[in-house]
Amino acid sequence: MSKIVRGMASILYPLIAVFGGYLVLHGHLTPGGGFQGGAVVASAIALAVVAYGSGLYKKGIFSGFESFGLLLFIALGFVGMSCYFFTNVFANTGTIVLFGQVVSYGTTSPPFFSGGTVPMMNMAVGFEVVGGLSLIILALAQASFDDETEVEKEVEKEVGL
Amino acid sequence: MLWQLPFIVSALLVIIGLYICIAKTNLIKMVMGVSLMESGANLFLVSLGYRKGGIAPIYTSSPGGEMVMPTPQALTLTSIVIGVATTALMLSFIVMMYKHYRTCDARKARRLRG
Amino acid sequence: MRRSVAFVGLLIVAASLLYAAYYMRGFGEPEHTAMDDYFINNAQNETGASNVVTSIVFDYRGYDTLGEATVLFSAVTGVLVAVRRSLKRGMDVEKGMDAKKDNGGDGS
Repeated sequence: MSKIVRGMASILYPLIAVFGGYLVLHGHLTPGGGFQGGAVVASAIALAVVAYGSGLYKKGIFSGFESFGLLLFIALGFVGMSCYFFTNVFANTGTIVLFGQVVSYGTTSPPFFSGGTVPMMNMAVGFEVVGGLSLIILALAQASFDDETEVEKEVEKEVGL
Repeated sequence: MLWQLPFIVSALLVIIGLYICIAKTNLIKMVMGVSLMESGANLFLVSLGYRKGGIAPIYTSSPGGEMVMPTPQALTLTSIVIGVATTALMLSFIVMMYKHYRTCDARKARRLRG
Repeated sequence: MRRSVAFVGLLIVAASLLYAAYYMRGFGEPEHTAMDDYFINNAQNETGASNVVTSIVFDYRGYDTLGEATVLFSAVTGVLVAVRRSLKRGMDVEKGMDAKKDNGGDGS
């Protein structure tokens, strides 16, 4: 792609990634959540792939993101196994480290470290959606490499058409 | 009639998507028609849970008042993600079919031996 | 012949969908709201999250979200299986073209 497209893509890429991270992290206070924020970060990676070509990223790191996200989500389901699967044992207990500050009915400015397992599940699903959608984009971009037309273009350039 | 407008618009989206799937033979246009039908169904789900004069179901900095119903919004999230998964699989099959048959027309990609 | 039968069927489906959309229950007056009233009144006490939609998706109905994450994972696996042969051939051709460009640049 031309210089203008590559320059603007490298300026916009960290801004979009930070906005997607904000949507994932504040999913229990404002509109957002794991799926929405993960889709925004994947669109930033799609912008980089369109501007710089499909050989930019290796597929191994996104495969690691996706597997780590799904395994963390299932492990968080087993944490509350004392009552039943997917119990929220950390909500409204009082600690700060495990997202447990108390929120009563009708609060209009709740603290950040509240919610129990809900923000942890937001981050796990965010990892999984980023890895999954980026893998789809990279695989389709690398599979559309039509070797017949590319070899014809190389031959035409060498002959001098 | 004007007051039922969101339901009529979602029915129109489904009808237009169905017409595209029947009348067009290009494979990528068929994928667009299926995506339109999914958008119509999601719009119908979200517009079922509206209350007159309601605000968003979020407690942070809310101005106070009656809230709209939050359950159809949660179900629509799942439906959108499943639509994305279906569209991604359909597009990957179209890429493979183009490499094999060298055409994107549904009437010409019919040989079973290959 | 087959396409005219298809269009007649489309007209019947369109007429029934528009009739159902016009004679539905009024927009903005839901009837059975007991479950949603319970969710709105008790979400902050029981889950601690101030966003009621997120608390429904991840706490009250977390099992549906587990199924949805599994569907996304298996769709990505299906895409990677379907394009597997083209990935290997594409990467080999790219490596060959890069090697040719390096040799041509050094030679000329």
